[in-house]
Amino acid sequence: MSTVDATIGWDRLIEHDRVHGSLYTDPAVYEAELERIWYRTWVFVGHVSEVPEPNDYVVKSIGPQPVIMSRDKQGEIHLLLNRCTHRANLVCDAARGNSSAFRCPYHGWTFSNTGRLLGYPFNSGYDGREAKRELGLGRVPRVEIYRGFVFGSFADDGPTLLEHLGDAREALDRLVALSPSGELDLSAGWLQHKVKANWKMLVENETDGYHPQFVHSSIFSVAKSGIGDLYGEESTALSRDLGNGHTENDLRPEFRRIDQPLGWFGTTPDRVPGYVAQLEAANGAEKARELMIDGSPHVMLFPNLFIAEIQLFVIQPLAVDETVQHVTAVQYKGSPDMNRRMLQQTIGSVGPAGFLLADDSEMYERNQRGVHARSPEWVVLKRGTHRERLDENGHVVGDATDEVPQRAIWKHYRSLMEAGS
Amino acid sequence: MSALPLNLDRLLEVQQFVYREARLQDEHDYDGWEALWADDATYWVPANGDAIDPTREMSIIFDNRSRIATRVKQLKTGKRHAQAPPSRTRRVVSNVELLADDGEELLVGANFAVYESRERGLTVWAGRSTYRLRPTGDGLLMAYKKVELVDNDRAIYTLAFLI
Repeated sequence: MSTVDATIGWDRLIEHDRVHGSLYTDPAVYEAELERIWYRTWVFVGHVSEVPEPNDYVVKSIGPQPVIMSRDKQGEIHLLLNRCTHRANLVCDAARGNSSAFRCPYHGWTFSNTGRLLGYPFNSGYDGREAKRELGLGRVPRVEIYRGFVFGSFADDGPTLLEHLGDAREALDRLVALSPSGELDLSAGWLQHKVKANWKMLVENETDGYHPQFVHSSIFSVAKSGIGDLYGEESTALSRDLGNGHTENDLRPEFRRIDQPLGWFGTTPDRVPGYVAQLEAANGAEKARELMIDGSPHVMLFPNLFIAEIQLFVIQPLAVDETVQHVTAVQYKGSPDMNRRMLQQTIGSVGPAGFLLADDSEMYERNQRGVHARSPEWVVLKRGTHRERLDENGHVVGDATDEVPQRAIWKHYRSLMEAGS
Repeated sequence: MSALPLNLDRLLEVQQFVYREARLQDEHDYDGWEALWADDATYWVPANGDAIDPTREMSIIFDNRSRIATRVKQLKTGKRHAQAPPSRTRRVVSNVELLADDGEELLVGANFAVYESRERGLTVWAGRSTYRLRPTGDGLLMAYKKVELVDNDRAIYTLAFLI
């Protein structure tokens, strides 16, 4: 199938426990996804700590569209499109900087960092004020911020960010709760790791609890790591459908059973005394201990933000078979001893040369080549269908290695694609 | 940086060392490559420019000696999928220049181009390496290697072979 055939319908390509391979390879499906998912739903763009000062800006993206995230002199965050409203030249070249205005190099049109057109040379060539009022930079119409995380939606209306996040907003709460100051600092810079694979291969893998013991056996065998056991047959960890395509590997049952503070991070309180003291001062000893037992979330927020305990990944599709994973270390504002360890562990694990992510990325590319085979046509997502159950909040959960998350992602995907453009 | 007085023997020794490292990398001689490192070595591939602070910012690689050993051990398991099978690589190292000699260590710069062939296709990697080489009774050892990729501020493919 080379094009999206309206007579076939998404229900024929996406079933409860299997999906058609063409969903990863068909350029027409990709084009439809841009309109129905990436340019419609809420997409994570950046974090407020990336533009800490007035007039700071940084170039981010929504899918393949570059987006300038700017902070104006009043402190408000804007998401602007990098296109002069005159003849479409780029107005911003640097990846980041500090400027109250962007000047197009082609004819000198100048825009404020709120998007307003400030002026253009040789004024008499235009009928003055009209053009200035109408020709501000394109902007992402809806911008919402939750716990410092900036999301944008290209749709003029639709669900609010909180409606979109639903119960998955708790993942952001849990992440921030581990910072004694209550704030994150995501200014360590992002690695950009490119793969020749469809973006959904990545989304599905982030909460796939079945793969770690196989894909990552090489590093688990040479570095002392307890991660593999969290995703074994005997693990009490859960896979969870959080709704709206958001999914989770909930490792808390295992961490609570093991009952070692900071065991989730592979360390002990005596190695990071400054951090532990700060966390106890902020929360009290009992609550701090709970936080240090439960650890940081492992949650994939559909469609593009993966909270991986001490890292954040942003998934950016560039083509049907090309995707960039942006990744940075989580840093707790004001906790240098913990931050140093989280940064160094992140550098070791992720990115193009990472002990973990290089191998995940090899799997994405192998999947992408494999799915072109003519037979079988389907990708099978049946694992654990017989043992799905509801948790106390009414979410579908399965065992650690079950494909509950993958089924949840596709269910939501289908609802968005069927909703049309 | 002005030129040092030319010490041909020293320069040849340094060139031979840099070429040998390149060959060991291309031929996946992991033990041979690891033996080039001093016990207190640092192996650094920065991201987002060449002048970042690796203790505060993300790097592509920032290995101390123990992490270099882990990297080699992982490759040797045969289950490092990103290098199973290993990439076919050949690299050209040129512009080898002896930049400084403080009596303890030699500061050496060189440019490189690596051609990497995998199932994905041919990927070209280019950049500049800066070495601190330490003369010992058994020849030179690498105390420090920094690899500045020309595209370290852009999206790059998996870099799991030895750069």
